[in-house]
Amino acid sequence: MKILYFAWLKTKLQISEEDISWSQEVADIDGLVRWMRARGPVFDEIFSDLDVIRIAVNQEYVTGNLSLTEGDEIAFFPPVTGG
Amino acid sequence: MIRVQRDIFNIGDEINALTEARTDIGAVVSFTGLVRDFNEGTSVTGLTLEHYPGMTERELKKIEAEACRRWNLQDCCIIHRYGDMVPGDPIVLVITASPHRQDAFDAASFLMDWLKTKAPFWKQESDETGQSDWVKERQSDLDAARRWTPKT
Repeated sequence: MKILYFAWLKTKLQISEEDISWSQEVADIDGLVRWMRARGPVFDEIFSDLDVIRIAVNQEYVTGNLSLTEGDEIAFFPPVTGG
Repeated sequence: MIRVQRDIFNIGDEINALTEARTDIGAVVSFTGLVRDFNEGTSVTGLTLEHYPGMTERELKKIEAEACRRWNLQDCCIIHRYGDMVPGDPIVLVITASPHRQDAFDAASFLMDWLKTKAPFWKQESDETGQSDWVKERQSDLDAARRWTPKT
């Protein structure tokens, strides 16, 4: 699965994109967020407050939990500020 | 028509392109968003816009389709820039064309309100000290977008 980070998430994590393998542990959004938080203090801090993070799967906004499959593109980013 | 581009755009050229060789359009409304040299009391010397290539275009197309569904539009154009900009630069252009003015006015307003809360763009402002900060979401933008949600 392809994971993308934008704006301050990218700056803080110093990653814009990474590939992770699908597993039972990251079989849905909730699992993926738990997995992210366990990666270290910076990840834990960022993913502890989901109110300030928007999530998109395959370029569509997601609210609530959703099953993930291999090949999915999951993006994490802050509320948008364009226009 | 939607376009996401790094390059600057010319407002007049875009309006002309939309109305050229047509005689059925009665009203054209355009909104241009510019880079301001201040925000929340501090001076701004530069702006960098990041976006999510792919999702940005999808969201803008959805917003455009929704405007065409709600109002009688003969044409519609959304151009949004990304990359580095300086105060005075245009960031976004919305143009709507309709037989009568109210549809064009309302649709342009709607397009901007929805775009600001849905299209995946993020602004980073820098000041004269070289410090840069990501712009925060505004409650007033969320309230503006909510106006267009049908009451249930």
